[in-house]
Amino acid sequence: MSSTVNVRLNVNGVEHEIEVEPRLLLVHALRDRLGLTGTHVGCDTSNCGACTVHLNGDAVKSCTVLAVQADGERITTIEGLGSEADLHPMQEAFWNNHGLQCGYCTPGMIMASAALLNENPNPTEDEVRHALEGNLCRCTGYHNIVKAVLDAAAKTSMEVGA
Amino acid sequence: MSATEQASTGPHVGRVMRRKEDPRLITGRARYVDDISLPGTLWATLVRSPEAHARIVSIDGSEAAARPGVHAVFTGEDMSDLGGPLPMAWAPPGVEVANPEHWPLARGTVNHVGDPVAVVIGEDRYAVADAAEDVIVEYEPLPVVVDPEKALEGGPFVHDALGSNKVHEWSLPGGDVEAGFAEADVIVERRVVNHRIAGAPIEPRGVLADYRAGSLTLWTSTQVPHFVRLFMALLLGLSEDHVRVIAPEVGGGFGSKLQVYGEEVLACWASRKLGRPVKWIETRTENMAVTHQGRDQISYTRMGAKQDGTITAFHVRIVADFGAYNMILTPLIPSLGAFVMGGCYKIPNVRTDIVGVFTNKCPTDAIRGAGRPEATHMLELTLDAMAHELGMDPLEIRRKNFIPAEDFPAAVATGVVYDSGDYAKTLDKLLEHFDLEAFRREQAQQRTEGIYRGVGFCTYTEICGLAPSRVTGPGGVGVQAGLWESALVRVHNTGAVTVYTGTSPHGQGLDTAMAQIVADKLGVDPSIVEVIHGDTATGPEGRGTYGSRSLATGGEAVARATDKVVTKAKAIVAAELEAAPEDIEVSDGKFSVRGSPDKGMALADIAGVAYVGAVPEGMEPGLEETTFYDPENFVFPFGAHACVVDVDPETGKIEVVRYVAVDDCGRAINPMLIDGQVHGGVAFGIGQALYERVHYDEDGQLVTGTFVDYALPTAAELPSFETDRTETPSPVNSMGVKGVGEAGTIAASAAVTNAVIDALRPLGVEFINMPLSPMRVWEAITEARGGAA
Amino acid sequence: MIPAAFDYRAPETLDEVIRELHENGDEAKLLAGGHSLIPLMKLRLAAPVLLVDIRKLPGLHGVERQDGHWRVGALTPHALLEHSPEVGVVSRIAALIADPQVRNRGTIGGSLAHGDPASDLPAAMLITDGEVTLQSAAGQRTVAAADLFHDYLETEVGPEEVLTEVRFAALDGYGHGYEKFNRRSEDWAMVGVAALARVADGRFEDVRVGLTNMASTPLRARAVEDALRGQEVSAQSIAAAAEQAAEGTHPPADLNASSDYKRHLARVLCRRALSKAAGL
Repeated sequence: MSSTVNVRLNVNGVEHEIEVEPRLLLVHALRDRLGLTGTHVGCDTSNCGACTVHLNGDAVKSCTVLAVQADGERITTIEGLGSEADLHPMQEAFWNNHGLQCGYCTPGMIMASAALLNENPNPTEDEVRHALEGNLCRCTGYHNIVKAVLDAAAKTSMEVGA
Repeated sequence: MSATEQASTGPHVGRVMRRKEDPRLITGRARYVDDISLPGTLWATLVRSPEAHARIVSIDGSEAAARPGVHAVFTGEDMSDLGGPLPMAWAPPGVEVANPEHWPLARGTVNHVGDPVAVVIGEDRYAVADAAEDVIVEYEPLPVVVDPEKALEGGPFVHDALGSNKVHEWSLPGGDVEAGFAEADVIVERRVVNHRIAGAPIEPRGVLADYRAGSLTLWTSTQVPHFVRLFMALLLGLSEDHVRVIAPEVGGGFGSKLQVYGEEVLACWASRKLGRPVKWIETRTENMAVTHQGRDQISYTRMGAKQDGTITAFHVRIVADFGAYNMILTPLIPSLGAFVMGGCYKIPNVRTDIVGVFTNKCPTDAIRGAGRPEATHMLELTLDAMAHELGMDPLEIRRKNFIPAEDFPAAVATGVVYDSGDYAKTLDKLLEHFDLEAFRREQAQQRTEGIYRGVGFCTYTEICGLAPSRVTGPGGVGVQAGLWESALVRVHNTGAVTVYTGTSPHGQGLDTAMAQIVADKLGVDPSIVEVIHGDTATGPEGRGTYGSRSLATGGEAVARATDKVVTKAKAIVAAELEAAPEDIEVSDGKFSVRGSPDKGMALADIAGVAYVGAVPEGMEPGLEETTFYDPENFVFPFGAHACVVDVDPETGKIEVVRYVAVDDCGRAINPMLIDGQVHGGVAFGIGQALYERVHYDEDGQLVTGTFVDYALPTAAELPSFETDRTETPSPVNSMGVKGVGEAGTIAASAAVTNAVIDALRPLGVEFINMPLSPMRVWEAITEARGGAA
Repeated sequence: MIPAAFDYRAPETLDEVIRELHENGDEAKLLAGGHSLIPLMKLRLAAPVLLVDIRKLPGLHGVERQDGHWRVGALTPHALLEHSPEVGVVSRIAALIADPQVRNRGTIGGSLAHGDPASDLPAAMLITDGEVTLQSAAGQRTVAAADLFHDYLETEVGPEEVLTEVRFAALDGYGHGYEKFNRRSEDWAMVGVAALARVADGRFEDVRVGLTNMASTPLRARAVEDALRGQEVSAQSIAAAAEQAAEGTHPPADLNASSDYKRHLARVLCRRALSKAAGL
């Protein structure tokens, strides 16, 4: 049995210190240790993106990051992006555009989409599609997801312009 | 302020309304099975066979059991107290179906890669994963059966005791196909392969079983909680009232969760045995190996037509690869396609002959469309071949043979009655979006420039809204269950409404659609109509969500239960306002007297009367009603799809350039939800046609065991879709609705494949089977050019 | 899918890292972004006893130009290269690796040390005179890209060595093209062809072609390069030379591509990559 280590994580603005096995995956630390079950696991091979969170602002697949690798870092999960009373524009856009059906890929999809707009506030449809190539959805055919991201981009840039 | 004072006036039916389901889903507050924790929960992990076919010589779990944190290791022998094997619920009258025993943990032999041989149960996810590696299983390999056609010729056998790999033979004769072929001027034949695919919902399966003080609660990611409850009770020897099955948030199913799975039984059994909650969460690798798969049919099609394009006969012989066992409906699946083998065409003679085969692969069962995508695919490909043979335009031959709108309801050769249809209308509308003449001009020009662009069409009808019990049930096709649906509509004291549906939606948006239906009937806002589903401890017995049934059967049940509530409410209002019940109408959010709109009662006021017991004499207090609805017929959605592809003639890579879908699923309740279902359905069909394939090698090893190799399309591979619809009401139900969950999938693979063939014709390719991978397309081009691929 | 247990250290100095590797030998494995290693560990195809995480080491992050070369710290993620278009072909190739999330975590050093023949950067290193710095208790050495890749997942990087820096020639004045063929854009390359060309007076002065996934290591398509050097730049000359792209290659067949198909793809992609590099 390997020894455990202490890990400090700033998750959604809250500092946590947890003792973990080094092999604990970040996604399991978030879900099983911190109770943040909005981040999902959909595959074993870093393909599906359901586990996408922001690590220091960058979208990453939390199933392929060890909790120890995130020691001292800043993490945002879907729960920290916005709340029901104060939705993030991307959450709002997914709702308005029917960008989800079963909802399982949705948190990862929203986190990846939000990261895209942070980097590229006015993407083309093609850029949106390629930016989401690390996130699988089986329900929507991506049509309304892409529409939602473009809608969020348009609304956000309008607000910035106003 | 009471709930109904916020009421808007509707109508809500027919309008786009964003979903009631979404706030929890977009904020990460939804609860899927793995999100639920109970105190003291133990984790289960399965030890699975790496062999495709083997005798289990020995299993040694002692080392695993001795590891810290491990509570138990069980094998099939430990579970000898089960009430029976896993269920298969299809018993077609007069047909023999070979049905070997199938246990939650293998007994004696393993029959496909992933077949479970032992379960390790312990304190946490990580500990059991380690311990499972220490279970030592000795296998004696047996000969492996992979090719379904060879499997029919003789041994080796998947199940030696059966002495054959044949599961069953089933035919649906309609008219006289031989006479039809005798009338034909031209006959075309094709071998159409519809390869094996996975449902691949992004949420894998998962179960959490909690047996306490004689009662069992099972949370499971399922489409059919009531069926699961029934079989948990039967297999575990529990009284059904002591079993509660909950489908919490379910992350997609696509048919793969229309099942009673061994892991469900196993977790419940182990929870009872150990006195602790037991959780098992499927990995994607397991999902690809053991969650039931679909399609996998080889069809020999034969079509006869007159010189003018009139189709005289269509005969298909299907070899269906069922994998290693029958699951709950496995052998029924190809038969579902047989009923619509004539498609939307007036073909007097249609015959389907099916033979089912065991192989050493994961079992197949219903996957989105379940038999109808296969039927549509083989029909539409053969029809295009016939058009080419006759020198006709593919749309001309379709129009020539469409069942005319005036023929509906239309009894067709396969013995069913199509409820309603107007096929020319959907095709006309498609062509409003897609200028075929302009396309052909451009295509001709592009070919001179070395650009190989093609268009493919699919005009389809399908059979869905699964029900009616009279046809599907034991006296009909042979499903050992009624396929009606239930609803309970409860108006609370404040006028808020709770609806219990026996369907079990998992992404379709039924909460929203049902709330829209109920809101209009009761004159309230959909925001105060809560729809509850997926919990056998609430509401009446139900039948679940599959087969595009949840609106046409479940929604209609909700409508009918609501109508009963309305009738009672009107009687109360009539008594209160001293009017005749027949003069009460619902308008502007009130039950009011016709002609005196200011005289009326809101639903909250009516509920108040009903619950204080001030109801008219002879009337029961309260305001809730239940309905069990069993329709008279199926419903038959239809549509016309066009797909445009570019083929890179050098590499064989295909790009979908454009996809236009015009569908008719009867009256639209929420057009946004319909479009969403079509988008997803089309993507599912494109995925099969171009990217996805479950592949086993000649040793029965699964080659596509993860999402690295099982290639679901991403956003980068797909175009935006163009959708439109016509609305031809169904006469079967009061709302005129049909289903739409499978329509896109049923149409898409044929449209894509026909487009690829259209693109490749100038290169000499006349036919090609899915999956249209770059290498396969390149090989076809190379072969057509006379070179060896 | 859970990795087997291991011990973990995240030293703050290179000396400590080297000491950990030295003391633990084969049982230790270096961890950079982890996007090659962690997937293997989850599938239990790798089970190191000790992971030595180099994320705290200073100075391994970033891209800078020096003396006609690009110096890239081993921990530089693909995303940073992607967003540094001035780096040329390597930037273009980095942008095509997997998906955005993977590019945010995967590092150039990790990718090169891993040595997967289907990964995109190795072929680029071959044609840009790439080299890596390896440090160990024995000191520091430089290994040329041509000597780095030994076999499938086998590289010159020893168990006690740390790959700290990657350098490659800036090759100003070269046009470039990279053709990555896969079924889905997030997939590994079925075949990839990277091309660089310097053209003067309508002739190819220099041509370099690297092949991805055409053998158990990345390859140079020397026959193509030799055939074109000094030739007139034309569609015909490129097409003729590209016919030799698969010479001397031994691409392993896989689920989606036979060896013949891969060779065919190499020829087609080579022509396309060269056409782009030559500005045609």
